[in-house]
Amino acid sequence: MPTKVIMPQLGESVVEGTVTRWLKQEGEQVDEFEALLEINTDKVDSEIPSPAKGTLLKILAPEGQTVQAGTVIAWIGQPGEQLPAAAAEPLKAAPAEHAPAAELPPESSEGIAAGRDRDLGFISPVVARLAKEHRVDLAQVKGSGAGGRITKKDVLAFVEKQGKPAPAREAAAWETPGMGELFRPSEEVFQQPAAPPPLAAPRAAIEPLKSGLHPLNSMRKAIAERMVASVQSAPHVTTVMEADLKRVIAHREKNLAAYEREGVKLTFTAYFAAAAVGALRAFPLVNSSWSEQGILIHPQINLGIAVSLGEDGLIVPVIRGADNLSLIGLARAVNDLAERARARRLLPDEVRDGTFTITNHGTGGSLFATPIINQPQCAILGVGIIQKRPVVVEEDAIAVRPMVYLSLTFDHRILDGASADGFLGRIVSLLENWQD
Amino acid sequence: MAEITLVEAIRQAMDEELARDDSVFIVGEDVGVRGGVFRATVGLYEKYGGERVIDSPLAELSIVGVGIGAALYGMRPICEIQFADFIYPAFNQIVSEAAKMCYRSNGEWTVPMVIRAPYGGGIGGGLYHSQSVEGFFAHVPGLKVVVPSNPYDAKGLLKSAVRDPNPVIYLEPKKGYRLIRGEVPEGDFSVPIGPARVSRPGSDLSVYAYGMMHHYALQAASKVAEEGIDVEVVDLRTLYPVDKATVLASVRKTGKALIVHEDNLTGGYGGEIAAIIAEEAFTDLDAPVRRLCGPDVPAVPFSHPLQDWFMPNPEKIAAAIRDLAAY
Repeated sequence: MPTKVIMPQLGESVVEGTVTRWLKQEGEQVDEFEALLEINTDKVDSEIPSPAKGTLLKILAPEGQTVQAGTVIAWIGQPGEQLPAAAAEPLKAAPAEHAPAAELPPESSEGIAAGRDRDLGFISPVVARLAKEHRVDLAQVKGSGAGGRITKKDVLAFVEKQGKPAPAREAAAWETPGMGELFRPSEEVFQQPAAPPPLAAPRAAIEPLKSGLHPLNSMRKAIAERMVASVQSAPHVTTVMEADLKRVIAHREKNLAAYEREGVKLTFTAYFAAAAVGALRAFPLVNSSWSEQGILIHPQINLGIAVSLGEDGLIVPVIRGADNLSLIGLARAVNDLAERARARRLLPDEVRDGTFTITNHGTGGSLFATPIINQPQCAILGVGIIQKRPVVVEEDAIAVRPMVYLSLTFDHRILDGASADGFLGRIVSLLENWQD
Repeated sequence: MAEITLVEAIRQAMDEELARDDSVFIVGEDVGVRGGVFRATVGLYEKYGGERVIDSPLAELSIVGVGIGAALYGMRPICEIQFADFIYPAFNQIVSEAAKMCYRSNGEWTVPMVIRAPYGGGIGGGLYHSQSVEGFFAHVPGLKVVVPSNPYDAKGLLKSAVRDPNPVIYLEPKKGYRLIRGEVPEGDFSVPIGPARVSRPGSDLSVYAYGMMHHYALQAASKVAEEGIDVEVVDLRTLYPVDKATVLASVRKTGKALIVHEDNLTGGYGGEIAAIIAEEAFTDLDAPVRRLCGPDVPAVPFSHPLQDWFMPNPEKIAAAIRDLAAY
């Protein structure tokens, strides 16, 4: 009995996916859990593992085709095995509708469908969580529970035995791609003010691009479409202010160790996120979307944080309900989302429904920029590099202070200069008067 | 430190509270001249007199009603219900009056009253002297519900209950009155209402119990330890308000939970613990949450073989532990 490969539903609100690449061709052998194909939903790429061991008998959805979640996209079985006739037809070019259940081959009662359920037995919630956290392939774990079930102890013993060599030391946040200077402890930034910040390390050695036409990948295409749509629909205006981060840096130094004990790396991004949330609370109009019917003010703050993926592009994971999070909660969420974004492990639902975005262009050494609004939001905050600069302080003295430029690009249909400056000024004031 | 029985610890607590605070008094059936049917108040009538250790008529509604009235006038009554089985005539006074007084008067009036009631089976008491009533009262905000499992907690919790500004239902595992002994310091100390206690740390599974069943759970845990099963035992002590943090911390560690009580299974207190675990520790679970409770029959039977069939005991708990450990 051949096994179906179906288009998975990768998020609650994701109803379809595009086959971007088949990693196996028809007739090739594939192992259970071996990567079989790549699919793309929105901007998130996912590798889909094979549900069974066998030969890839038939591909029904060619590369580039978008199908509904739940659609059968291929069959796996023994070479020469007969496929149910109705199911072997290639999918129509653009099947807008869900493949009706009636078209699916009838499940045979003889023989057990190949797949994880058969092999692994019941997976308890804690086993599922531990396997995910430690990236354990449960097929490799021997079960000692009732009926050969894999227990919590089995997973923990497996993890221990494998002795996953933890990296000799945890890579500092600024040494990992996409995090950059902003996440660097201030003392290191200030020790070498002239040195150019390390650029995001490429994931693999990149050959210099050859001349000629390069096809667009799906992320490039999505970025292009959205940027053009954004500048065409919203009149962009950018306003710039600067903030003295003396108190933020003092607070961070004081609390770094305590947060570390809680397992949270306290980054500057968390402070900018917290200041943005505070200002959005005071200026709900900025947490809004334009429509011809009126300005829609959103009931909660979903904060997008742009994360660079090197040459591949960038992605904006969203901290949902950021208005309910404290500094430590924001720091934890920022770290988690950034880490998973770079590991390409974001869930499709985690890049949707943002209501305001922060972009750290300072990562690359940029002083200030004029970011483009992430539609359908009202504004985007650009954070420049933190630099020691001479500034005039009270009493007309000149002092050396850790300064940052903050740029706010806003939709002039919703906000005017005065209200936008009021909002940005609130962010500056929250940062400069950081309360313990 | 002296080793004393559970009932002696309760008597000591009342003795010391009567001596400490003139507003404390005891009211109940046979609590005075007779010293209580379980001898919990023995000697107190002689020491404090008939105005502070009051023999009441056989009318539980009036025992609690008198207590509420006195409490509203600033007294601190300890009402004894002779057997928890007899508490129902006072149910309306407890649930509709005592529990709601503070709330409905916007905090102006409180009922600092303790209702002591011996509960539970296994003593050959039959239908009307074996009942468990905690499930009814742990459902009612405005009450606190406390069940001590050992002499130290019995004395400390009863003192906290007397001093608490709210009505406290203090349920005494009567089978353990003279069976359970333990060291109790002389003199004043208290055990706070609220926190549960991990009475035996372990790593394989968590057993949640209170009262007599906690005593049995410890025995079962020792028994299965010889077989290599490392059980953590949590003594809930206060059923309402429940100590979620301790409940959850234990199951997060072990991944498996067994709840034991002698009250009937359906609608029993164990369902609440199970629900808390399911709602807040789902991704820590390695097995279904299990309950070992009294069966859903109308009462603890009088016949001894049938009473044994009804009651959880160390052997039954050990069997449930083995089963869950093997899951």
